[in-house]
Amino acid sequence: MIKAILIFNNHGKPRLKFYQPYSEDTQQQIIRETFHLVSKRDENVCNFREGGLLIGGSDNLIYRHYETLYFVFCVDSSENELGILDLIQVFVKTLDKCFENVCELDLIFHADKVHNTLAEMVMGGMVLETNMNEIVTQIDIQNKLEKSEAGLAGAPARAVSAVKNMNLPEIPRNINIGDISIKVPNLPSFK
Amino acid sequence: MALKMVKGSIDRMFDKNLQDLVRGIRNHKEDEAKYISQCIDEIKQELKQDNIAVKANAVCKLTYLQMLGYDISWAAFNIIEVMSASKFTFKRIGYLAASQSFHEGTDVIMLTTNQIRKDLSSPSQYDTGVALTGLSCFVTPDLARDLANDIMTLMSHTKPYIRKKAVLIMYKVFLKYPESLRPAFPRLKEKLEDPDPGVQSAAVNVICELARRNPKNYLSLAPLFFKLMTSSTNNWVLIKIIKLFGALTPLEPRLGKKLIEPLTNLIHSVGAGRGADRAVSAVLISLSSGMPNHSASIQVRPARAGASPPLKYLGLLAMSKILKTHPKSVQSHKDLILQCLDDKDESIRLRALDLLYGMVSKKNLMEIVKKLMTHVDKAEGTTYRDELLTKIIDICSQSNYQYITNFEWYISILVELTRLEGTRHGHLIAAQMLDVAIRVKAIRKFAVSQMSSLLDSAHLLASSTQRNGICEVLYAAAWICGEFSEHLQEPHHTLEAMLRPKVTTLPGHIQAVYVQNVVKLYASILQQKEQAGEAEGAQAVTQLMVDRLPQFVQSADLEVQERASCILQLVKHIQKLQAKDVPVAEEVSALFAGELNPVAPKAQKKVPVPEGLDLDAWINEPLSDSESEDERPRAVFHEEEQRRPKHRPSEADEEELARRREARKQEQANNPFYIKSSPSPQKRYQDTPGVEHIPVVQIDLSVPLKVPGLPMSDQYVKLEEERRHQQKLEKDKRRKKRKEKERKGKRRHGSLPTESDEDIAPAQQVDIVTEEMPENALPSDEDDKDPNDPYRALDIDLDKPLADSEKLPIQKHRNAETSKSPEKEDVPVAEKKSKKPKKKEKKHKEKGRDKEKKKEKEKKKSPKPRKKKHKKEKEERSKGRKKSKKQPPGSGEVAGEPVHNGAPEEEPLPVRGTSAPPPHTCDVRGSLQEDSQVTVAIVLENRSSSVLKGMELSVLDSLNARMTRPQGSSVHDGVPVPFQLPPGVSNEAQFVFTIQSIVMAQKLKGTLSFIAKNDEGATQEKLDFRLHFSCSSYLITTPCYSDAFAKLLESGDLSMSSVKVDGIRMSFQNLLAKICFHHHFSVVERVDSCASMYSRSIQGHHVCLLVKKGENSVSVDGKCSDSTLLSNLLEEMKVTLAKC
Repeated sequence: MIKAILIFNNHGKPRLKFYQPYSEDTQQQIIRETFHLVSKRDENVCNFREGGLLIGGSDNLIYRHYETLYFVFCVDSSENELGILDLIQVFVKTLDKCFENVCELDLIFHADKVHNTLAEMVMGGMVLETNMNEIVTQIDIQNKLEKSEAGLAGAPARAVSAVKNMNLPEIPRNINIGDISIKVPNLPSFK
Repeated sequence: MALKMVKGSIDRMFDKNLQDLVRGIRNHKEDEAKYISQCIDEIKQELKQDNIAVKANAVCKLTYLQMLGYDISWAAFNIIEVMSASKFTFKRIGYLAASQSFHEGTDVIMLTTNQIRKDLSSPSQYDTGVALTGLSCFVTPDLARDLANDIMTLMSHTKPYIRKKAVLIMYKVFLKYPESLRPAFPRLKEKLEDPDPGVQSAAVNVICELARRNPKNYLSLAPLFFKLMTSSTNNWVLIKIIKLFGALTPLEPRLGKKLIEPLTNLIHSVGAGRGADRAVSAVLISLSSGMPNHSASIQVRPARAGASPPLKYLGLLAMSKILKTHPKSVQSHKDLILQCLDDKDESIRLRALDLLYGMVSKKNLMEIVKKLMTHVDKAEGTTYRDELLTKIIDICSQSNYQYITNFEWYISILVELTRLEGTRHGHLIAAQMLDVAIRVKAIRKFAVSQMSSLLDSAHLLASSTQRNGICEVLYAAAWICGEFSEHLQEPHHTLEAMLRPKVTTLPGHIQAVYVQNVVKLYASILQQKEQAGEAEGAQAVTQLMVDRLPQFVQSADLEVQERASCILQLVKHIQKLQAKDVPVAEEVSALFAGELNPVAPKAQKKVPVPEGLDLDAWINEPLSDSESEDERPRAVFHEEEQRRPKHRPSEADEEELARRREARKQEQANNPFYIKSSPSPQKRYQDTPGVEHIPVVQIDLSVPLKVPGLPMSDQYVKLEEERRHQQKLEKDKRRKKRKEKERKGKRRHGSLPTESDEDIAPAQQVDIVTEEMPENALPSDEDDKDPNDPYRALDIDLDKPLADSEKLPIQKHRNAETSKSPEKEDVPVAEKKSKKPKKKEKKHKEKGRDKEKKKEKEKKKSPKPRKKKHKKEKEERSKGRKKSKKQPPGSGEVAGEPVHNGAPEEEPLPVRGTSAPPPHTCDVRGSLQEDSQVTVAIVLENRSSSVLKGMELSVLDSLNARMTRPQGSSVHDGVPVPFQLPPGVSNEAQFVFTIQSIVMAQKLKGTLSFIAKNDEGATQEKLDFRLHFSCSSYLITTPCYSDAFAKLLESGDLSMSSVKVDGIRMSFQNLLAKICFHHHFSVVERVDSCASMYSRSIQGHHVCLLVKKGENSVSVDGKCSDSTLLSNLLEEMKVTLAKC
């Protein structure tokens, strides 16, 4: 069984999922503790660590470190370490496909999407699907479903959020007419 | 209206959505808490609005805040509202929030039952999926009970996406509602062979989780898994299966041998590339035991020598598994493992330590511990050093100090360990010292001398500020010196050491021991002096006591204070007596007379209750209802027990306190009004970093901290080597002599006898006193099991056939109707009448379902007696179509009218050879339980006037159908009927049959033999009968939705057949009801005089029917995945219809 899936960045800021009931306070303590345990480790040591006191010392922490993010799975003895390590890889690849070149910001701003992706892979602490194509297909269908439900009514909201999301660059204040070459302001990319 | 909607949506778009919230939080880094509380206020406003989209947005934000650690339980009701939204988008948000924040204590969770049920049966697979995902996170026992049946149905959903989720969630349901395991298991087993790999993998997952806890119940599945292992290509499934086999092999040693071949194949087949290492280690880890895997362990070595860190780790892990069964093959890798202790990765070091634990022998213990001691000195982190320390102690003390040959060495190791500063395990060392000193009598002298020098050394006192720190050792030291003071060489010196003013800085419980043992010491000094006739010396000691004790009297610790003032008075009294020249030593030492024996930790519990003592009986009737009275009788018993071991104030007080604490806890646990104080997580957490904050005092190790008089453990190693060498020489001499003798006599033995552990004789004559246990009490592990272990409830025998009472509670009307009486069946059918367009009909159907739900609700609300009735009804339903037919009494022959009630039925043949009046009638009912098993219930009624005894039922097995007999009986043995029948009484016996193929009807011949006993005597009688298993009896009523039904028909892999019956006058409704009732079909859709029906066989064949009624005839077109089954079914149906 997977007890918890913790994702945090190099500073310990969390994005996470718990499969065992813990109170909010305990959850935060577990994150801090796990972060403490994992972040101190060298880059080139093995990806396993015995769990901290809170999550249960007999459990294993299996983690991978990608750029700025740690993906930590807390599992009990019934899971195979390498299997989980592969699962993390599948998870990250899936996120990559769903977000198109995933980066930390994606996970921060779309925590709900991360959860939905995870829901197709792990359910209640048990591994549901390990086939990436299958996972991506199901997520796509659900996203389409969501879009079709939003329909026209969703359009204005989407437009507003697109505007909010774009990152307006500084518009050149004074255009020097004397100078013939007028700088064309860079259009913000809508990506 | 439309305008309003648009306006609403425009308003909405300026609401803060999740992204805005996240952005806001990032922009308010300084006053994050303030910003978030502002946001929560906004969210509260949003939740008050009627617009579901606004609510969903709010809940979505809340989910994010929950992740940041904010409590959102106050919004639970709103979350449920969002969950019940009709749009998938919102539903998903709602379920996500629920899965993140709901837990068993959430009180509104019971409101979700019907909503979840509705979602589970939703036509959209994603609604169902999202509900299943959510439910898997917050399922409670109540939800599990109420929804188990719905989920069971989903396990055979047409969409694999739903199937796999339903299968997976069953594990959670089992955990919360263990009663569901047996009814659901056959279907779960079936899913192991599901065509969809995802479903298969889910089923494997669930069964592996189940089997891990109680493997013995799943042994029967081994062949199936074996097949899967050789056929599956899914790595995940393979890993799981191998893990499962790892759990199964210890129970069935033959499995191990069988597995070797496929496993080696597996290793070789993935042999190429990077995957190879992974496969190897995956396999190795799982091959935990029971296999002759020397070859396997050899493969670990290359994998570890130059391998990447993860593999190194896994290799060590694998070795520790192998170690349990093949210690020899691991011991040869000792060098590598010791090398791993130097690895920079802490995880690997810890694993290596684990391995060492299993590798020690008498021969290498000293060497290994010596290595570990050097690591202790080198280790940087406190955690790792503590780990090393505990491991050293574990290794040495394992299995009752089995490997220790020289206890002096061990004591000196313990003493050396006290040099560790900043350790948390002082108490552990102390416990070991006490244990060894008490149990190994021969070592006491040495131990006492060591302890006295410990008491003398100052460095331990310095660390007294830390809880559980190394100063705990002083507790043991003081006690040992006091208790065994006769061995002390300079008791006076030690006494002074114990009375130093600095001692008062120690923690209270240690001071208390000091005070108590000072007196012991004092007593023995007094005795010595008096015997030597040094009255002055004796008085000087007394004076010392009188001078120094007051420092303890002033202690803040009550215990210390109390003991000290007591003792001070005692000593003052002695002083007076001494002044009068009265010899007091005898009397003072009498205070501490008697030997102290070690008592096993479990001994107390094992004390048998003396005869005639009823622990539950009241000694005094309780005066009031107060809970504290409950404990009285037991408390009395405890007190009696305490007197059994020698009463020692210092120990007993602690024990007594602990016991009282325990009793109080128990009382609190029994008291429903008492809020239990679970060890608060906060506290535990604080303990951990606390250690790091304590400044670690650096010890200059270049100058070995040699306390004067403390021998170093190293010298023991040398001594030991010498001693062994000598022993060996002697032995060699002896051996040579023997050999010479042998040579003279016979040929030489092929191999030299290797030196085994047994050859090493212990250095001193060591008498390890076993701990005392009450007579007849065996030390067992029974009480170690945690009664609250949730997995214990799942320890259920799955091979037993199901009893009727074990059916899952069915709350869904749809399911039940079909199996109810024909009249009831009419109702929903009639409702649908005259609706032609499909869409409309569907809607109507849904409405109907809603209505039913309402009805159900009403029922729930209704007072109890009705509820009971409801339950009864349910029971009746679950028993299904079993109506026992009463035969007219007295008829000599029983006409075997074949009744197609769909159950395997017995056709009571004319009773032959009835010289006596026909003794009884057989009446058969049957019901289906497991996938290839059928239970036949036979009602036996005694119509004769004799008593029937010793009834046995024997059936001639066919190739296809076998009766399940008790283990160990042969095919020809009968199965005894477990009861006797007095005249006029009837009873029901059940027999289980295993059916191979269900496509054809079966008839089995059998005999019932019995002894009829009346006044004239007893006669042996026989009764022949025939059992008829119809094809319909293998069908299970399964509801099916029209779209799923249409897909099924379109799929094209069903074969078709049809049948027509003329001359039918019965109404179409009744006709359908008859088919439903007798042949276990359910109506999918009905249009005019045309209906489609569906059913499913116990082995998973889909059967679809199209029933059309003409003027006077009925035609039935069937489609089924098995043509034989279909044609047989239609034949049976024809017979039923012909009678209409």
